[in-house]
Order: sequence, then C-alpha cells, then structure tokens
Amino acid sequence: MIEDPYLGKYLTCVSARSTDKEILKKAQDGGIATTLMVYALEQGIIDGAIVAGKGDLPWKPRPFVAMSREDILKAQRAKYNISPQISWLKEATRSFGLDKVGITGVCCQMQAVRKAQLYPINMRDVPGKIAFTVGLFCMVNFPYDSIQALVEDHANQSLSSVKKMEFGKGKFFVHTERGNVTTVPLKETHKYEQPGCHVCLDYVSNLADISTGSVGSPDGWSTVFIRTKVGNEIWSKAVAEGLFETKPIEEVKPGLGLVMKLAKEKIDKNRKTLEERRNFGVNKALRDPYA
Amino acid sequence: MELLKKVEATKEAKPVANKIKLGHVHLSGCTGCLVSVADNYQGFLKILDDYADLVYGLTLTDVRHIPEMDVAIVEGSVCIQDRESVEDIKETRKKSRIVVALGSCASYGNITRFSRGGQHNQPQHESYLPIGDLIDVDVYIPGCPPSPELIRNVAVMAYLLLEGNEEQKALAGRYLKPLMDLAKRGTTGCFCDLMNDVINQGLCIGCGICAASCPVRAITHEFGKPQGDLNLCIKCGSCYGACPRSFFNSDVISEFEAISEIIAGALKEGEKDD
Repeated sequence: MIEDPYLGKYLTCVSARSTDKEILKKAQDGGIATTLMVYALEQGIIDGAIVAGKGDLPWKPRPFVAMSREDILKAQRAKYNISPQISWLKEATRSFGLDKVGITGVCCQMQAVRKAQLYPINMRDVPGKIAFTVGLFCMVNFPYDSIQALVEDHANQSLSSVKKMEFGKGKFFVHTERGNVTTVPLKETHKYEQPGCHVCLDYVSNLADISTGSVGSPDGWSTVFIRTKVGNEIWSKAVAEGLFETKPIEEVKPGLGLVMKLAKEKIDKNRKTLEERRNFGVNKALRDPYA
Repeated sequence: MELLKKVEATKEAKPVANKIKLGHVHLSGCTGCLVSVADNYQGFLKILDDYADLVYGLTLTDVRHIPEMDVAIVEGSVCIQDRESVEDIKETRKKSRIVVALGSCASYGNITRFSRGGQHNQPQHESYLPIGDLIDVDVYIPGCPPSPELIRNVAVMAYLLLEGNEEQKALAGRYLKPLMDLAKRGTTGCFCDLMNDVINQGLCIGCGICAASCPVRAITHEFGKPQGDLNLCIKCGSCYGACPRSFFNSDVISEFEAISEIIAGALKEGEKDD
C-alpha cells in the first residue's frame, strides 16, 4: 500500500485503455469507468450503477440508475457540470431494489459515499450495499449555466452541436460534431467555477475503489489507481479477461509526475483558500468542514 | 431437575468482566428508533452477549427505576407537561457516564416539534423538547429513524472508548467526535442548516446526499443545489448530518476500509466459541 499526501492510498497505479471498441469510440479517454461498470454488472458484482446520464438539456447530466450495458454507455463522457448523483444512493436500494450498488462519481461524491458508509445518517441498509465505486479525477466542477456561458459565449458554439468537452493542456476544448475545435484559455474559465470546489482536498478520488482520469497518460489512455481490496479484485479479474490494455505508469509520458503536480496544485491552493476563509471579510470567518 | 440443568446450561460459560452497562430510555417517540436497534439482529445480540449488559429498557428488561449506567441511549423527546418524563431525563443524566440522543426526536425534536396537543387522553400535552434542551447530551445519532448501521457503529465505538486499549480509545474518540460536536451544536435540525451552514457558506458541491438522506423527500436539486420544501421538512437534521460539508474528519473517513473491518470483526469475534 502506497500512501501519498496528495494521491491518497493506493495499491497500484497503471496507464490503461479499454479493449472494447464500442466503448472506446465514445470514451472521454481510455473508457476505464464505463468498461469497469459494464464488467461489474455483467459479472453480478453490482446489480446496477448510479451514473450521470443524459438530461433534458444538451450536456446537462441527469443522475440515474443504469441497469444495463446500454444504460451505462449512455452516461459516457465528462459533462463538467453538477450531477447530484448521490441523491439516488438510498433510492437505488429501495425503488430499484439493488442489493449491490455501483457508483461512479467525482472526488466529493466519493467523500459523500464513504461518509455515508461510516456515518450512515438516515441511510438504513445502504452501507452494506455499496458494492463498487469508480472515482474520477476532478479539478473543479461548474454549474450548468457556467458551462452554457463557456460554450455559447466564450467558445461561440451551440451546446447542442458539441461532441466532446475537455479540460487539459491549459485550455478548455470544445469539439463540435462537425469537427470544429474551439479553445478557451483556462484563466477565463476560473470565475465560472463552483465555489464549493475551492475547499476540496482531493484531486484523484482518494476514496474510490478504483479512480481514473486522463492526466498522466497519453491521449486516448487513462491513469488508473487501484485503491482498495474490492477494487483490486475487480481490476485483476478484468485485466485477466483482457478487458484492458495496460502499461506501467513509469513507462508512459507525461506520467505520475504530472498527476502529482496537479494534485499538489489543487490541494495546496484549496488549503490556502480554507485558511483565507478564516479571515474572510472583516474578520468574519467561514466554516471549515474539515475541522 | 431436567429443567434446572437446562437453565444452568444457558448461562454464560465465561461471564465477560468488562461489559459496559447500557440502558435504553424511551421518551416521546414512535419507537422507530428501538426497531432500528433491534434491526441489527445478530449484531445486536452479539453486542448484548459480549460487550454490554442491558440494565434498563422499556420492552426488554424488568427494571422500574433508572439505574446507574455507562451509556444511556435516549429515544424520543421530552413532554414538559409530563412531570415523570422530565424527572426521567434528569435522572438519566445524573446516573449515566455517556448520554446518547438516539434519533432525531431526542436530538432535534423532529416530528414531535409539530405537536399541538389535543391528544386523547392527555390533551394538555403539547410541548415536546429534544433532550438537549433539558440536559447536557454527549453524542447525537440523528436520523428518522437512525440507521441500524449507525447505531451499531456508535455502540462498538462507545465500547472501545470505555474499554478498549489506548489505540482503540483514540480511534473511537476520533470517530465519535463529530457526533459529539453535533450534540454541542444545538437542539434544532432542519433543511435550513444546509442553507445557512453549507450553501450560504459557499461549501455545497451538489453531490445530492442530502436528498438521499431525507426521509420525507423534501429535498430536490435546483441549479445543482439542494432546494428544501419547508412544508415537508420534519426537522430531523439528517440532511445536515449526512452532508460531507457539514463535517468531514478525513483522518477517520479515509480509513473507511479498515474501520469497517474493525467493526465487522468486533461483531464476529468469539463467534467460534458458540
């Protein structure tokens, strides 16, 4: 077990890519989260998964409980705006009757799930039914209207024409269905961020069973941290069955160094924000949830 | 003779010396919390077998007066027009090392806050207060009803705090601290807590767990942030308790795997002796 103040605890870290062509075609990066959830569902490790699916507006996620491969595939690709996924945590065990719940989500959602596991406040029968969690790397999230402003005002594209959105290399990329790529410098996106993200002390979903994201791996590949016993078992089986191509993280560019750099940037900056909050305004402190 | 032998055989082979004394004090509530305690099934029996002696409890022990105990688990709120309830809660405080408010009625008043009296056959019973309004409370277990798992976790941790080794005591202290802080924080719980202490403080991340924990489905999400229907809110305080931005003791929660194993282990330990 490796313990890192910025990357959390993990057993192993690799660079990987799904071997499922259908998943890869629409994947944000290596198709790791989708492939894992589909695998867990097909193996009976989970009965269903809470994912961020398509909402009523273009690129507005709607949290829902996916019960089939098709459903999980509908949730592919990062939407970069708020999806109150965990609102389905208890409901998934009730209305959907799931005994083994899979959950994909970003760092703060993993925090909510793990807190619910140890402090199950009004979460009757839930802790034992959380079967498998896949966490995503997350620098920051946006309200839906922010994404609308960034895509429609800054990138000058209609949200409904967008094929893929991506943060990376210091820019926000908007790819349209017709092949146009527009970029917005990161510094223009900052003011649109969700304020709650500015105190988050996690970048790589430290609390998930397996966490994944593009940073550190080459284009089309993902960096994967295997963090818990549950995660390790599922990952080992999936790799043995040929669901993923993997490379040691040490052999890929830009590698773990970049993940660590970004994690450090986010966490250090947010620690500073937490400190500043103590003296916010005229010595009027704001709450520190970690205290 | 046969019967005597049988009785003899059911007695504990090895009495556990360091069991803690546990009492369940029942005030005004719906008994849902007691059902939650019982819903731990074998876990509850295991706790009573190895870790605690139930020295007081409405439905389970034939004891009329509140005895000395290590941990008093109090369910329900106090009707202040009922002298006996008021005396009971004061006596509970006097005779217990740790007082735990079990469930939202004891912690926050919950649904009993909405009482207007007029109930047959005590129409004058109209003011119900959470126990924290009458006595000092050490630990809150919010929830309507609280989940069996949370009750189990707190029971195991309370045992470790009183009887564990140094390391276990430290862990139990860290685990229980946020629930102790909730007890210090106040005696009202409401969706408003999310508004005042999370959203207004720029802390909400729209994860949705508040909606999941609401027993009356009063919380939806508007613009990605929780929106509470205050006409539905029963003031149980669950949403605030569940929110990762109300408290998040990283040093404990990050150890979720190990702690879950410790708790499962504590409840299994010694099963082979049976």
